[in-house]
Amino acid sequence: MWFPKLLPVTERSLLRPFLHHTTNPLLHSSTTSLRQSNLLPRRVSTAAVSPMESISVLMTCPPVHPYLVEALEKRFTLHKLDSVPDKPQFLSSHRDSIRAVVGNAAAGADAELIDQLPKLEIVSSYSVGLDKIDLAKCKEKGIRVTNTPDVLTDDVADLALGLMLAVLRRLCESDRYVRSGLWKKGDYKLTTKFSGKTVGIIGLGRIGMAIAQRAEAFSCPISYFSRSQKPGINYKYHPSVVDLAANCDILVVACALTPETRHIINREVIDALGPKGVLINIGRGPHVDEAELVSALVEGRLGGAGLDVFQDEPNVPEELFKLENVVLLPHVGSGTVETRQAMADLVVGNLEAHFLNKPLLTPVV
Amino acid sequence: MGSSAADEDLPQVLLIKNPPAFAVLGEEHFTSPKFRYLKAFESSLPLHDFLAAHGGSVRAILASLSVVDASVLDLLPEVRVIATTSAGLNLLDLPECRRRGIKIANAGDVYSTDVADYAVGLLIDVLRKISASNRYVKQGFWASKGDYYPLGSKLRGKRIGIVGLGRIGYQVAKRLEAFGCSIAYNSRKAKPGVSYPFYQTVQELAAKSDALVLCCGLTQQTRHLVNKEVLAALGKEGVIVNVARGGVIDEKEMVRCLMEGEIAGAGLDVFENEPEVPKELMELDNVVMSPHCAVRTRESLMEVGRLAVRNLEAFFSNEPLLSEFEDD
Repeated sequence: MWFPKLLPVTERSLLRPFLHHTTNPLLHSSTTSLRQSNLLPRRVSTAAVSPMESISVLMTCPPVHPYLVEALEKRFTLHKLDSVPDKPQFLSSHRDSIRAVVGNAAAGADAELIDQLPKLEIVSSYSVGLDKIDLAKCKEKGIRVTNTPDVLTDDVADLALGLMLAVLRRLCESDRYVRSGLWKKGDYKLTTKFSGKTVGIIGLGRIGMAIAQRAEAFSCPISYFSRSQKPGINYKYHPSVVDLAANCDILVVACALTPETRHIINREVIDALGPKGVLINIGRGPHVDEAELVSALVEGRLGGAGLDVFQDEPNVPEELFKLENVVLLPHVGSGTVETRQAMADLVVGNLEAHFLNKPLLTPVV
Repeated sequence: MGSSAADEDLPQVLLIKNPPAFAVLGEEHFTSPKFRYLKAFESSLPLHDFLAAHGGSVRAILASLSVVDASVLDLLPEVRVIATTSAGLNLLDLPECRRRGIKIANAGDVYSTDVADYAVGLLIDVLRKISASNRYVKQGFWASKGDYYPLGSKLRGKRIGIVGLGRIGYQVAKRLEAFGCSIAYNSRKAKPGVSYPFYQTVQELAAKSDALVLCCGLTQQTRHLVNKEVLAALGKEGVIVNVARGGVIDEKEMVRCLMEGEIAGAGLDVFENEPEVPKELMELDNVVMSPHCAVRTRESLMEVGRLAVRNLEAFFSNEPLLSEFEDD
């Protein structure tokens, strides 16, 4: 693993315990706060601080998060690619100044961009997913990559459970029923019990485990598919996604998006899940063959779906709009005030750590 | 079905209204060799006239959505048991039943799970804006207007105040603990063996809660239990979820608080004057509403109907009821 110029070993070991805790507030603050809490040596001179303001950081995703944008603008020279009218011209005129990229689930740093930024040192993603970053290229060029693991695990798992309840118990449709005045004409129809349904999880990482723990509180038997069976886990392992789908009531996509997991939900899996089965996707749109999913739902071959992500966000297939067994969310998995702030703090904290030659908070590469 | 001499010997169970379970799932699931149904709802006579004519030897009632009060019981001198398929008992005059030595077989635990699930679903929906943002997407706004705002609020660390820690309240607590919420409660009295903090009044509970979840029955004591003071104590960031009865909340006051931003949101399955819902709520994105359907799953409806039948069979066999209601 490539390290930038480092602190002496003693200071590195001071930081190590704080790098992997989900709730450690120190992770949610910049290295400035770490410094204030006496865990890092004080800066020797202010000369070390001011150069950071002249460092050019390129935000490749739309600047929709005011807290993050402000935090970056306060510390660096921030360029927003989204508002640049002539992107190729901008990139060529700034090729020698841009040293960092900030991306998110929508846009990151692909091979083409990396090639255009020869001074790029670090890509800090405002997401835990890394599918929009060419990791191999970054490794090859010694470019560091960071993401925002752990801080969003709870929110995404909570949303997965919320989607399951919303689909099975028709929460959104019941709300619509009341708002449209239909209750005066008669009761809403019966829905399906959630507790006790078998939940099948694809990917038993941080988010998958958090989903399992919550579903267990509803007495849901848990089964899973993963690249390999996990030792010490009591849940039922299935050696294939089709097998998992055939044996569960609710199938949840909770794995990372890689070339291997693209379209992991295909026609065969959808058929196995069947007209009583429900698909929940809190991973990435490309995990699912969206055209197959849409036709299965429209034709009643799949029982229902709760989707937070899509192939081509923010465009969602309109055939799904009228389906009462489908809940559609605008990629809000990590969408709470608390979590977005924690994610932004990690993005900024990682960039600061890098430019101050400190160990990164949440490095991937 | 044809009647036979044997049938006519069977004791009768009065049905005042057709139970939802029978209507929706089919009466054939709920027949028994031990009794037959006397269907008041099939007669053109008004109820009291029907009972005056036919109620003399009826020993059991299967009550669902009907009021059973002194005037009804006066016409049913032989009734000794009422099996109900409702979750709540507020349509039965409990003191009158007690006075006459009439046992009540309730829905037991059949509904608790579904109601607890629904309460948790409503809470997540309100905090994470699931219905509101689903509406947003289905109107095409994500593509045309951009990302959905405002952001939601995290569940972990939220302090949940459960009003009424009975079977439903307890199941709500167990579920929300798995999301990292902390639980406290108010009930008629503290429950032995329960480690959650107990508060003597709902107002104290509200002051220490981020969300109140109402799981109590509706009685004279709980009518408008959630009033102006409680809502003020809950505060601007507070959320209320009601899966109990509309009458537990001062609805007018709650609507005012929601309109003026004095509480942050609400998830409501029940209302004071169903199916009327205050029209002000229809405009609000921070409110999730449902048409009193927290219990209404196919599975529960089947189970509760079958439980009522088994309770009645036990009664006619002189065996103990399976789910006798004991008012404690």
